[in-house]
Amino acid sequence: MSLLQSLSQRDRVFDFMAPQASPVDVRHGPILYMEDVTVSFDGFKAINNLNLTINDGELRCIIGPNGAGKTTMMDIITGKTRPTSGSVWFGSRHNLLHMNEPDIASLGIGRKFQKPTVFEALSVFENLELAMAADKRIFPTLTARMTGEIKDRIDDVLETIGLTALRHQPAGILSHGQKQWLEIGMLLMQRPRLLLVDEPVAGMTEQEMERTAELLTGLAGKQSVVVVEHDMGFVRSIARQVTVLHQGSVLAEGTMDQVSSDPKVIEVYLGADDEEAA
Amino acid sequence: MSLTTESSTNFWLTRPFSERSTQIFLGVLLAALALVTILHVAVPPDNPLHVGAYTVNLFGKYLSYALLAVAVDLVWGYLGILSLGHGAFFAIGGYAMGMYLMRQIGDRGTYGHPVLPDFMVFLNWDSLPWFWHGFDMAWFAFAMVLLAPGLLALVFGFLAFRSRVTGVYLSIITQALTFALMLAFFRNEMGFGGNNGLTDFREIVGFDLRSDATRLGLFLVTGVALALGYILCRAIVTSKLGRVSVATRDAEARTRFLGYRVERFQLFVFVVSAMLAGLAGALYVPQVGIINPSEFSPIFSIEIVLWVALGGRATLYGAVIGAILVNYAKTIFTGVMPDAWLFALGAMFVLVTVFLPKGVAGLFRYLKRRKRDDSANPDHQQTSKEASA
Repeated sequence: MSLLQSLSQRDRVFDFMAPQASPVDVRHGPILYMEDVTVSFDGFKAINNLNLTINDGELRCIIGPNGAGKTTMMDIITGKTRPTSGSVWFGSRHNLLHMNEPDIASLGIGRKFQKPTVFEALSVFENLELAMAADKRIFPTLTARMTGEIKDRIDDVLETIGLTALRHQPAGILSHGQKQWLEIGMLLMQRPRLLLVDEPVAGMTEQEMERTAELLTGLAGKQSVVVVEHDMGFVRSIARQVTVLHQGSVLAEGTMDQVSSDPKVIEVYLGADDEEAA
Repeated sequence: MSLTTESSTNFWLTRPFSERSTQIFLGVLLAALALVTILHVAVPPDNPLHVGAYTVNLFGKYLSYALLAVAVDLVWGYLGILSLGHGAFFAIGGYAMGMYLMRQIGDRGTYGHPVLPDFMVFLNWDSLPWFWHGFDMAWFAFAMVLLAPGLLALVFGFLAFRSRVTGVYLSIITQALTFALMLAFFRNEMGFGGNNGLTDFREIVGFDLRSDATRLGLFLVTGVALALGYILCRAIVTSKLGRVSVATRDAEARTRFLGYRVERFQLFVFVVSAMLAGLAGALYVPQVGIINPSEFSPIFSIEIVLWVALGGRATLYGAVIGAILVNYAKTIFTGVMPDAWLFALGAMFVLVTVFLPKGVAGLFRYLKRRKRDDSANPDHQQTSKEASA
């Protein structure tokens, strides 16, 4: 942002004076606020006056038909896309719209992509090593040593995601489900406060889905987790709070039962799906 | 790939020494240096095993090419940046050395001017251009060998990586860079001797460049430089930074989301590689006795990439094998039938691509893996026969 703009803003200190690694302030409850966020691409509003609040430690599912703006919403939170207007705060101290992707990542927002992207040429262990929260500048990275403490942490995460036996295998040979878990493991290595998980069970078998559901519900409480998912059965099995997006804004919010009995929701999304299921 | 856990607790620069591939590489290199030295010095010239000064000189040239190939493999193999302009860094390092060697001529040039090199007298210049000052001092010139290519890579890389130019576009820009420099260095007004370049060198730090002993010395220095450059690159690729590079190569956006400032890592590795290429150029020039703008030619930069591809990407030792193999073949072919060389190079490239997609180094790895599989599972072949039956 320009200097002039930052000087004229009276509600915050200057960017260059703000402490770099100030902790995330969640005393007021929410870890993520999105207020009146709008994104338009050449006039098309991918996100339209979106308001969303995620509480600390919450597991939230976000559903919505294709083109509802789910992925764009994630892009905004992680700094990949800049909204046309609105504000996005992480805790009550960090304005995410003033930060770039690496800064946001090091602040504690981790994202799992729709398509699993792990580093295929590196081993499972090395994938986790790179993801670990650490000093990520050049020279500390060059001279980094593998300590017992780091090894223990990687071992813990390997245990959590169930890939201990495959630790020295290149990630390229993992199955689709295993890659998804490795990616979740990589997120955990970052010790994130907020996990954004995009379609974690797409293309998974029943057993893999169950395993993923256990993994995600086990994480909530320690971390806040936002899951974007199409699979209604899966959402029903993990969700406490569900937000329905439609045409770039929130259509309904509540428990799965409340949401699925909402007539507006049935009309745009769930109706067709439930009929098919029934 | 699983060397992370066992060996990485020690200091990063000494880490490569615990690797088997590095031990073998250094062993073979040092043995080759010793063998050539012995055959050159201790074996009398009438013996068929004697290695002549010409051959020593030729090997020295190959070794400087090998160092250049290692530099290219560092950025291409491990960082995924296909530089088609590394010849530019090689040539700039070479020019820095050439300028030093020109100043060493002193008043022994054709025109006998105490300060100005011959070509400047010929062009009626009356004083030394500002950028020629200091090159009469060895320490300054040798620092420039590393700093000049490093600075160019820093500025070029900063602009390119900051704008997130990668892939084919970056390759094209690097190609344009070396082409533009070639055109610039062809001009007499640049002050680098125009299309004749710099030549007629006499001595380097007091040693006569035409004596056999100096040639042997340069060959050995180049061999040691190759060993040190190799160790440095190995230290980089086996560090966590090396793994970040590989991650960047395979999934750049993903690496950025992990919190690494990818463009800075790219810049760091690119600058290190450019400095190594500059060093290779500086060792090349006194051995061939000339540096001219043809080293900037885009064809040469593409040829370097071919050496690396033939030898095998992302192994470093493959780059060395490729550079030596191709240049040895080039020496033979251009001697026996000069017109056939380009066809032979093309054929080599096609054959390797078809039969050894991972280069010569890939063949080594394949054989090693097969041996290990066979020893780990003696009835492996039998089972596979049964399975196919």
